[in-house]
Amino acid sequence: MSIAGLFEHPLGRLGLDSLPFWKMLEHPTRSDIVNGIIATGAASVVVLGALGLIVVLTRYRLWRVLWSEWLTSPDHKKIGIMYVVIAFVMLARALIEAGLMRAQQAYGLGGGFLSPDHFAQLFSTHGTIMIFFMAMPFLTGVINYVMPLQIGARDVSFPVLNSVSLGLTAAGAALVMVSLVLGKFSTGGWFGYPPYTEATFSPGVGPDYWIWALTLGSLGSTFTGINFAVTVYKERAPGMKLMRMPLFTWTALCTSILMIFAMPPLTVATAQLALDRYLGFHYFTNALGGNMMHFANLFWLFGHPEVYILILPAFGVYSEVISTFSGKVLYGYRSLVMATMTIAILSFTVWLHHFFTMGQSANINAVFGIASMLIGIPTGVKIYDWMLTMFRGRVRFTVPMVYSIGFILLFVLGGMSGILLANPTVDYQVHNTVFLVAHFHNMAVPGLLFGMIAAYHFWFPKAFGFRLNERWGLVAALCWIFGFMLAFFPLYVLGLMGLPRRTVAYTEPSYVPLEWVAFLGALLILTALASLLWQLWVSIKQRDENRVFAGDPWDGRSLEWSNSAPPPEYNFAVIPEVKGRDAFTMSKEGGTAYQRPDTYQDIELPKNSALGPVIAALGFALAFGLVWHIWWMVILSFLAAVAALILRGFARNTTRIVTAHEVRQQHLRWIDAVATATAIARADENKPANEGLAQHASDGVVP
Amino acid sequence: MSEQVSTVDETTERREEERREFHSYVWGIGLALLLTVVPFGLVHWIHGIPRFSLLVVIGAFALVQMLVHFRFFLHIGFKQKREDLHLILFSALLLTIMVAGTVWIMASLATRMVLPAQP
Amino acid sequence: MSPQVLKHPGLNLGPAHGKDDVAAESMMFGFWVFLMSDAILFGMVFATYVTSVQATAGGPGTHALYDLKSAFIETLLLLASSFTFGMASLALKYKHSKSRLIGWMILTLLLGMVFLGFELHDFSSMFAKGGVPSRSGFLSAFFDLVPLHGLHVAGGCLWLICLAGQILRYGLDTGTKLGIMRLALFWHFLDIIWIAIFSVVYLGGLT
Repeated sequence: MSIAGLFEHPLGRLGLDSLPFWKMLEHPTRSDIVNGIIATGAASVVVLGALGLIVVLTRYRLWRVLWSEWLTSPDHKKIGIMYVVIAFVMLARALIEAGLMRAQQAYGLGGGFLSPDHFAQLFSTHGTIMIFFMAMPFLTGVINYVMPLQIGARDVSFPVLNSVSLGLTAAGAALVMVSLVLGKFSTGGWFGYPPYTEATFSPGVGPDYWIWALTLGSLGSTFTGINFAVTVYKERAPGMKLMRMPLFTWTALCTSILMIFAMPPLTVATAQLALDRYLGFHYFTNALGGNMMHFANLFWLFGHPEVYILILPAFGVYSEVISTFSGKVLYGYRSLVMATMTIAILSFTVWLHHFFTMGQSANINAVFGIASMLIGIPTGVKIYDWMLTMFRGRVRFTVPMVYSIGFILLFVLGGMSGILLANPTVDYQVHNTVFLVAHFHNMAVPGLLFGMIAAYHFWFPKAFGFRLNERWGLVAALCWIFGFMLAFFPLYVLGLMGLPRRTVAYTEPSYVPLEWVAFLGALLILTALASLLWQLWVSIKQRDENRVFAGDPWDGRSLEWSNSAPPPEYNFAVIPEVKGRDAFTMSKEGGTAYQRPDTYQDIELPKNSALGPVIAALGFALAFGLVWHIWWMVILSFLAAVAALILRGFARNTTRIVTAHEVRQQHLRWIDAVATATAIARADENKPANEGLAQHASDGVVP
Repeated sequence: MSEQVSTVDETTERREEERREFHSYVWGIGLALLLTVVPFGLVHWIHGIPRFSLLVVIGAFALVQMLVHFRFFLHIGFKQKREDLHLILFSALLLTIMVAGTVWIMASLATRMVLPAQP
Repeated sequence: MSPQVLKHPGLNLGPAHGKDDVAAESMMFGFWVFLMSDAILFGMVFATYVTSVQATAGGPGTHALYDLKSAFIETLLLLASSFTFGMASLALKYKHSKSRLIGWMILTLLLGMVFLGFELHDFSSMFAKGGVPSRSGFLSAFFDLVPLHGLHVAGGCLWLICLAGQILRYGLDTGTKLGIMRLALFWHFLDIIWIAIFSVVYLGGLT
């Protein structure tokens, strides 16, 4: 291609027909108008949202704050918060899509109101977003915030890399959002199976959006995994032996290891699909020796460990929450650690159960079926450990605890359906029905999502210095739990009745009542989302009554509760010395918490770096150019990204010093606040009296 | 005086260490050359070995050569920190599971579907 | 044998380098973890190749396309470059003159570039025989695996040039030292991948 050729189509494939309302104007049929209005509405929300954000930032002169306090910050706590913000935005979008799909299915007898193509886009974006741009950022954010505090570290090992990972994830999420406005997203499901997603059958930009959004996201996750694993191995405070780490940190470690090893197969699969689509290679095509089943194999080599990447941190959250709100030491710590590691390793041995029906020999199916069932054992161990932690504890039914109990009840049911599906003969019967949809939502919603929302409630006071409103939290939690049951239990039955998944419409009238129940469930879940947003608003309004500056609102057990809320940027004025498990509980019981050290030292912190946002912008431009075949943009942004990395190599003096004097001032301000705070009993922890100082742990607790 | 002695000791010790490490690289390249030349020679000059045994021999030589590279170029031995060794063994385990599993599954599929993809 | 435990994979700087040696530990560990992730990436590409090698779809196969002599020369070039990089590492560790270090680095760079030249020549002669990636599943898999390694080598060459620039600009500070040590791991790692490539692809393909 000549240089002039690069500019021949300066906007590539982009044209007026890429706009969501174009088709409606060209062919105003009833179906086109309905779908066009929905798509245009969604696009306007994105555009207006972005415009609104720009207006607010300009009106309140926040651009500089945003840039220097947030976007360029290498502080793991801020990066963690930004990840969670991305997760909530994407959660809102994907939940609305889910509601739309349930509505379509409720009206789906003989047609419904959505076109098949539109419906296919909805389930593809819903899945892609929920996995890659809701669940992954959410758990990455929570780990980012909590894990370094739990191990007594100042930051992660590679703070700037952390900011780059965030940038890549954000760029991927932005790409999915842009697909609402320009062009159409993939219709090939969240796993984008070829040959359907090959250029022959899907010549548009949809699969390209999917490929590059995933590539950006998975690159970010790989770096995140490396960063977290090295942090846990190398940055622990003195005395924090591996078997003294809080369970959440253990699950964070196992999840990071899974990220490191499970992302490459996805990268290979999407890169090969891209080569097929862009350069006419034959990995997964029907012709010339391609084999589509390669893709299934590669994708699930990633996909199954991914399931455990998602669930393990939630297990960690439940362990912390249940132990804290039962006022007891976690039961069976060692067995929980062993179970976590076993699950992490077994997760690499079961990928074939996602394609039992492919056509391989029965022996292979048997081996992978047995391996899949084996995972039930360590998971069962965990369930019993959590129940025994609550046993004879004084359980406080706070919001995170309600989510945890909901999780235990529902997750066991989901696990049971999983054991059923692990049997290849059963799998053949219900393969590709909504039974499967019910099963994996039963694992993902009560498992992962409840865990993440519980984590949000649990650690929110630590991050922002005030507690979230308890009543609205409870409303949201109950809506989530019952909404989930209404939305997904009917799908088990519908699946057994033979309703295939991803069907836009059906002709069997007996499906209708259960579809309506599921739709009501979806509405209840949307109410839960609204309650969460309302709760945040109310809590911000009432923040001054609910301050917990002393930092320990829940009588916490691990090190993250042993400093102020919010913690200083360097986390700990003096790096704590760890003497055992539940380090903070030990020091509270031993009377060594809240000490005034004799001397303070200078603390070295990384300077802000623009590399993260720069890579985010260039990564987005590169991906956008690739999607729309805007070659000059591809080349320029690629070269610029390489140049940015090279320049970063030439950067020196990348650290700054917080002087001992400043550290001393900040620390004493907090210690003085602790000294004047009133220690409260657990019964009062949700009252304004809770300033973040707990009465002696053993006072009100049954041993 | 004792300080001076110790620095002299340290310099000789360092020189000794340097010599040893230089020799390690020389050993490394020597062994690697040998392990490269033999399988190339077998394929190029020796005909009539059954294909399967030849593949096994090539594989064995490759495996040994990788170990040589690990030992002499990447300096990985049993004196390593525990996490380094864990990591390498764990990676090797996963690599084996993933690659062997893939080949097993796809080969089975190929035989049953009469695809031209048997390895 | 030195008594201390090795802190990380690759040549350890040792206590004579003070804080640089301390800083190396988590940096080198992190980079090694990245290489393990990369190894899985190559593993999956290898698996694709092995399961696609028969899928020639009537196009040219291994015997028609591969050139054993060229593969042998490429192997020797990479092996030699591993050795010269080892010499550069020693020059760094034992604080030889900067010019000696840069000399070994330039030699490594040249070997790497000649390797890439040979590889490109291989590819063009394969193209001439009709061995283009869009011809068959087998050729697609080949052109995934071998050029992926080549791209890594090219990246390593670029990194080598940048590091030389950093040395000239800043001398041997923590940044450049850790850079050279990480690149050494990368370079030796690529050589190990190449062992698998010449054994599985070229030797396996020409038996």
